[in-house]
Amino acid sequence: MDDRGEILALLRENARYTTEDMARQTGLDEAEVEAAIEELEAEGVVRGYQAVVDWDALDEDEERVRATVELNVTLDRETNYVDIADRIAKFPQVRSLRLVSGDYDFDLEVEGDSMQEVSHFVSDKIAPIPEITQTVTHYVMDSYKEQGIEFGDGDDDDRLSVSP
Amino acid sequence: MTFEPADRVADVPPSGIRRFFELAEEMDDIISLGVGEPDFSAPWAAREAAIASLEQGKTSYTANRGKRELRELIAADVDRRYDLDYDPDEEILVTTGASEGLDLAFRALLNPGDRVAVAQPCYISYVPGVEFAGGEVIDAPTRAADEFKLTYEVLEESGAAEAEALVYCYPNNPTGATMTEAELREVAEFAREHDLMVFADEIYSELSYEHDHTSIATLPGMRERTVVFNGFSKAYAMTGMRLGYALAPPEAITAMNRVHQYTMLSAPTTAQYAAIEALQTCGDEVVDMREQYDRRRQFVLSRFEEMGLECFPAAGAFYAFPECPWDDGDEFAEALLEEERVAVVPGNVFGEGGEGHLRVSYATGLGELKEAMARIESFID
Repeated sequence: MDDRGEILALLRENARYTTEDMARQTGLDEAEVEAAIEELEAEGVVRGYQAVVDWDALDEDEERVRATVELNVTLDRETNYVDIADRIAKFPQVRSLRLVSGDYDFDLEVEGDSMQEVSHFVSDKIAPIPEITQTVTHYVMDSYKEQGIEFGDGDDDDRLSVSP
Repeated sequence: MTFEPADRVADVPPSGIRRFFELAEEMDDIISLGVGEPDFSAPWAAREAAIASLEQGKTSYTANRGKRELRELIAADVDRRYDLDYDPDEEILVTTGASEGLDLAFRALLNPGDRVAVAQPCYISYVPGVEFAGGEVIDAPTRAADEFKLTYEVLEESGAAEAEALVYCYPNNPTGATMTEAELREVAEFAREHDLMVFADEIYSELSYEHDHTSIATLPGMRERTVVFNGFSKAYAMTGMRLGYALAPPEAITAMNRVHQYTMLSAPTTAQYAAIEALQTCGDEVVDMREQYDRRRQFVLSRFEEMGLECFPAAGAFYAFPECPWDDGDEFAEALLEEERVAVVPGNVFGEGGEGHLRVSYATGLGELKEAMARIESFID
């Protein structure tokens, strides 16, 4: 892996590593790490940094409802997939939007404060878009892994504390 | 009546690691850098193959030498990595961890009174293993000044010329030292000149960061006098599955198998299925794990440098072996454990040449490593 690849792997592992830590792990100078990150951001390779949140683990009464929505669309001479995607992606409720192969066209992830809110969003904002022919909403019941991070208590290290 | 251990058992002192293990076990909030095993789980495909074999009721013994399919895959892997040709029927033995392989070699190939040069510091089982087999150990202590590499000079000075066999491990536990092909040529030359058997523990061969691992069996005149030990514990993070293998000429494997068939019968069947899958599909995971270890290695070495703790650039396995800041390594490790709740292992536990050093395993998450290094720094300030 080249230097940029190594830095990307580190950022994906933990975006909160300091440049100092990343420099130590890669053998690069701190300045080189900073420059590489700036470059990756400027080129749009790194699009942002977010926390991976397990809302269920939060004690407070903070309900977040998520759903994946299968969308089928119909295209015409003036409208292509990108046009439709541009329109849908602008809604703040949309967490992710992907064009997929298979039984449906777009895979949409929506987040809201309640099932009602999510449901209204799909019926009021998404379904009426003229090119959309069908929506199938699947509410997320529980989450076991997000962004490569497993949820749950399976991380206990039960190795011998000292071993040969 | 009372049970009394046999003399050859009573004469072997308990493992030095045991004491630290017991101390560490009494405390609950420690960060352990004392572990000699990966912190990753075995690749999922290998685990799934193990589960599937159980579901299908594949719980019988296998052939004494291990499943033929596995031996064939091992032969292909060794051929790919080193261009070495071993016959799956006669020159490969699947063992219950590389540790069993070493024990078999000691018992099957040494006569009572045979002398065995052991390159030290080393994995804690070699010396007792030789002694349990009735052999006599010749200490061959490597030096920090040589970056803990085994040299012709060290072998000569230690009296290894009088030995029947030489045992070494590179990449090395506990030092993290590696040997390049050029450096191994000296060892090979010595072994040929003095007609030594070589027991080469290459269990960490996949964890070599600065250069490709060289197997000593590839060097001229060495394949016929070498038993190579390897396994799935370190590269594939399968320590608990206990699966290793030995490569050697037919006469050595036949002798080792004779002991093996009367003791273990065969290596764990479930683990053999996992290993078959590992060799076929888990190469990418090995590369990923190596990359992660390498990053941690660089982190740890750079932190020791900042602390002013002398540490040679360990280039293999997952250990750093810095100098101990106190004269007494045992006292330092105990105090560090009690006051800072960080477990490291004093180097003297691993034999001659380890005195004055600490084994620091970086087979642990970076977050914990970072915290542990900060605690070590504040402790020695």
